[in-house]
Amino acid sequence: MKIHLTSVFVDDQAKALAFYTEILGFVKKHDIPLGEEHRWLTVVSPDEPGGTELLLEPAGHPAVEPYRSMIVKDGIPLAQFAVDDVHAEYERLRGLGVRFTQEPVDMGPIVTAVFDDTCGNLIQIAAKPE
Amino acid sequence: MIGHRTARRGLIGKWQLAYAAVVADDLFKALADPTRRTILDELTEKSGQTLFEICARLSMRHQLGISRQGVSQHLAVLEAAGLVRTRREGRYKFHDLDTVPLRQITERWPVPDTSEPEESPL
Repeated sequence: MKIHLTSVFVDDQAKALAFYTEILGFVKKHDIPLGEEHRWLTVVSPDEPGGTELLLEPAGHPAVEPYRSMIVKDGIPLAQFAVDDVHAEYERLRGLGVRFTQEPVDMGPIVTAVFDDTCGNLIQIAAKPE
Repeated sequence: MIGHRTARRGLIGKWQLAYAAVVADDLFKALADPTRRTILDELTEKSGQTLFEICARLSMRHQLGISRQGVSQHLAVLEAAGLVRTRREGRYKFHDLDTVPLRQITERWPVPDTSEPEESPL
């Protein structure tokens, strides 16, 4: 068994696609209309086109908003992405106007930072220190 | 007039003393716990942390396996003592360090100025 797909709920799929591709740098993998303006919309890392897909899932279910607002309030990220250098990625994303709720911190075995994906979620980036 | 003012000042003085005692109790209770002192250390390094960041720092940097609820309770004690202030910013809640209450310790038990040469005993 292996993890081939994981998902984040997004407020607006078109806006999410723009953020996840143009700002974060992922590439679109699948974009299949599902009716009611919903799409099966996934992105992958350009480094691993056959790797794990991230599903940008519509956040329409009434349970999503209370769940997300409570965990976002406490600063809890919904997903973690690996980067080579958290500090460099922090500077790059901040330059593009991305809002961080946690600046890069050396946590010992790992360096992490947390940002707002503008689609309703907090995302953690992580790297093993050199 | 003057007498009235003095009386009022006296009242305020008494009230301030009582208030200071309550504040001091909260302050010393807050400082008595090693985990809460560690939280203050981490907030000294960087003020303005989410609950998630504080939990991550405690578990990953200090190997303190405390539940999120436990950390929340510690933060509530620190907040009651005035050492931590919470701030809502948009959808997030941040915790800021406020060391001002610590001043009452040195006001109550002044620390000699070590930059001055110590008085030599006669």
